[in-house]
Amino acid sequence: MYIIIVGGGKVGYYLAKELVEDGHEVLVIEKEAAKCQQIADELGDIVLRGDGCEGMTLDRAGTGRADLFISVTGDDEDNLVACQVAKNKFNVRRTVARINNPKNEAIFKQLGIDTTVSSTALILANIEQELPSHPLIPLLTIKGSGLEIVEAKVPSYSAMVGKRVGELLLPQQCLITVIIDEEGVPRVPTNDTQLRAGDEVVAVCRRESEDALRAVLTAPARETE
Amino acid sequence: MGCGRVGAELAALFDREGQEVTILDIDPDSFGQLPLDFKGSRVVGNGIDQDVLRRVGLAEADAFVAVTPGDNRNVMASQMAKHVFGVPRVVCRIFDPIRQELYHNLGLVTVSPTKEVARLLKEALERAGESAGGEG
Repeated sequence: MYIIIVGGGKVGYYLAKELVEDGHEVLVIEKEAAKCQQIADELGDIVLRGDGCEGMTLDRAGTGRADLFISVTGDDEDNLVACQVAKNKFNVRRTVARINNPKNEAIFKQLGIDTTVSSTALILANIEQELPSHPLIPLLTIKGSGLEIVEAKVPSYSAMVGKRVGELLLPQQCLITVIIDEEGVPRVPTNDTQLRAGDEVVAVCRRESEDALRAVLTAPARETE
Repeated sequence: MGCGRVGAELAALFDREGQEVTILDIDPDSFGQLPLDFKGSRVVGNGIDQDVLRRVGLAEADAFVAVTPGDNRNVMASQMAKHVFGVPRVVCRIFDPIRQELYHNLGLVTVSPTKEVARLLKEALERAGESAGGEG
């Protein structure tokens, strides 16, 4: 396959190295002369100095015959534009963009980028279940009562997705007061209200049962598979 | 979005017309370019961050214009304004004429100062030649 990589930083360099070792034809487009030189010294004549968002550079790179176009610079906006130029001007079938802000994933998809990769999102997904402060957010402590108002998001992997509020094994003195869905619409739940992935759950609970509440809402569905 | 010379000038024009203006820039010092009587709001933030755009109330805005020095930032912010926040009027400044043409074809309203200024300068030079000829 002919693969074009925009960005010759660490990600671009190791990506190029792996793909060359796998026997692909690879071209790295990089703006900085020093980085170009380093890649040329270590990986051979597979680098083109230039701006990967510019039509002329992409034309010289033979983008029209690329099977895959991957943009991995450190700036989301540059990766977006490089992929859009490749896609719309050179009809590259498959474009991949690296993103730093995980929230850009949806908009990149909407704007025609085939695949997005976010190291931030990958790291978050890995630590989410271990990191105590995420996803339970204390909103308010009710003075002198030992009670707190907390907010938690129901993750898509949670075993509680699809369950009714009445089915939740909540800790003692814990009450779910409001559920806000992904569209931002709040509901006061009854026992029959179904939990959905992405729901924001606002609950009153004792400070010492915070952990238990988090465990109920975020335990992964894995065991039941 | 972008409080440089053009952004500040444009914001001041709309402000004097009595429009409700919010100007966004990542550098708080940039707001020094605004006139002292500017009544709009100044917000420090990154205009390609959806959370920032939401915070400034972009969903309720009637118009959005991106005039940072970075073509790609302008393109990304304008596409978000148009496709995510549904702003009815979006205009994007793109210096690079090739990218300007591409995004024009993709449906963005774009202005390329490079092309426009070159055209204006050419016309001015031609007029200057005519009047010089007239005097001689």
